[in-house]
Amino acid sequence: MSDIIQIDNSENKIKLTKKDRLSVAWRSTFLQGSWNYERMQNGGWVYAMIPAIKKLYPMKEDRSAALKRHLEFFNTHPYLAAPVFGVTLALEEERANGAPVDDVTIQGVKVGMMGPLAGVGDPVFWFTVRPMLGALGASLALSGNVLGPILFFLLWNIIRWGFIWYTLEFGYRTGSKITDNLSGGLLQKVTKGASILGMFVLAALVQRWVSIKFQPVVSSVKLDHGAYIDWSSLPSGTEGIQQALVGLQNGLSLTQEKVTTLQNNLDQLIPGLVPLLLTFFCMWLLRKKVSPIVIIIGLFIVGIVGHLIGLL
Amino acid sequence: MALSVISIILVIVVAFLAGMEGILDQFQFHQPLVACSLIGLVTGNLEAGVILGGYLQMIALGWANIGAAVAPDAALAAVASAIILVLGGQGEAGVATAVAIAIPLAVAGLFLTMIVRTIAVPLVHLMDAAAEKGNIRRIELLQIFCLILQGSRIAIPAAALLFIPAETVKEALNTMPEWLTTGMAIGGGMVVAVGYAMVINMMANREVWPFFIIGFVVAAISQLTLIALGALGIALALIYLNLSDRGSASNGGNSGDSLDDILNDY
Repeated sequence: MSDIIQIDNSENKIKLTKKDRLSVAWRSTFLQGSWNYERMQNGGWVYAMIPAIKKLYPMKEDRSAALKRHLEFFNTHPYLAAPVFGVTLALEEERANGAPVDDVTIQGVKVGMMGPLAGVGDPVFWFTVRPMLGALGASLALSGNVLGPILFFLLWNIIRWGFIWYTLEFGYRTGSKITDNLSGGLLQKVTKGASILGMFVLAALVQRWVSIKFQPVVSSVKLDHGAYIDWSSLPSGTEGIQQALVGLQNGLSLTQEKVTTLQNNLDQLIPGLVPLLLTFFCMWLLRKKVSPIVIIIGLFIVGIVGHLIGLL
Repeated sequence: MALSVISIILVIVVAFLAGMEGILDQFQFHQPLVACSLIGLVTGNLEAGVILGGYLQMIALGWANIGAAVAPDAALAAVASAIILVLGGQGEAGVATAVAIAIPLAVAGLFLTMIVRTIAVPLVHLMDAAAEKGNIRRIELLQIFCLILQGSRIAIPAAALLFIPAETVKEALNTMPEWLTTGMAIGGGMVVAVGYAMVINMMANREVWPFFIIGFVVAAISQLTLIALGALGIALALIYLNLSDRGSASNGGNSGDSLDDILNDY
């Protein structure tokens, strides 16, 4: 009964402690655990809210109403849900202390925030931070360096948890006033900045990591005597090796012919031109609603056939 | 390569984590770089696992579920191809083949996650009923059960793969002709473009295309590491945001963003 006395006494409000909020933030990790085609993240949402609901609503009827209230449709970026949790916690706290916050207000705030926030989370986390950290880790990993996966995992989780905890606290402190703060253009700026960084880095990744090499030989020119290492006239033993290496260092060719492949010609225009064109072609196909799976399988077939006919 | 009981158990644990993360998308255990490396670690093939993870990560960089677009499933692709790499016993030499095998597995994983997401609908209805009674414990159990289903989505196929004798896998891999494996390795180099194309399509607009051009040209300087390129990109983004702020402020904000117009007309 002491809980009810607390509610009546306005100087002794029920407050959500830092521990309660941390518990909600930790449980928000499982937001998508019961992702379903009907109400999407609703199960995960109520699961994360449970520590707060337990604390704020000791009476069974209130508890049941709160649980039902938070099983409504919800879907946003899993990390950007954190500020929405913060605001909702602030609203529920007020409501539990007798403020006139009705179900419509709470659901309205949730739905009002989830759309714009998902629009920020996707370009920032999925299109910019993950490709960047992923490419950084993968480029190390390709040479068998264990630092690759370790760096990716640590950096990502530090950024993720820092972001979730900071924005949840921000939402909790600002409460329903958050919509004023967000309309100040900060979200648009973050999204734009992420898009700029993302496009810049993606272009670099296309240049470096999309590999396609044309094998056909365009020209084969016989070199003048003295422009290549004459293997038959080298002295034998280590002396010969030394002479060959010195020749190589002086820019002598290893063969008697200068072979130019189609790839060499294309690289002279601008390195990475073919990968760029391939990427644009994929973008065009995707915009024509061709499934990415079909394109991927198609490219494997092109690779096999191209290899068989000696093109790639 | 035959695996010890402890290795088998640990591989299944890694697969379970990858399956849960495939839906949660938090710790990133489902990303090939992490999943393949972990499977390599617990089976004593760390280096080959890390390399496979690197290759697959490059392909899967742009895979993310946004809106209605469903991306291929990185979790099953990473886990199953890493297991096949380990069983094949070819070490680093088997990486190219494992990459090629991963792609159809990514499609299979996609269907599995769609099935689990559908099964979750009636389970959430059970949560409704529990909420009616104020039964908190039951809601929590249902949430955990849904998560276990997602984990099993990868753990069960992984366990099934582990039951195939290593000899069989090895023979199957060895019967693949050279032209097929080389051709698939070439295809793997091109497939990377699809992931990038997906992401570029999502972000591209008139305003940010110039930055794509700069990035592409600058990347040809091979001395610049990825970290250097990232720093350059951040600097460019900050400069642009500050300038467009200043442009609209000095304009009294009447026409919005003047620098935008200049850049667009340029």
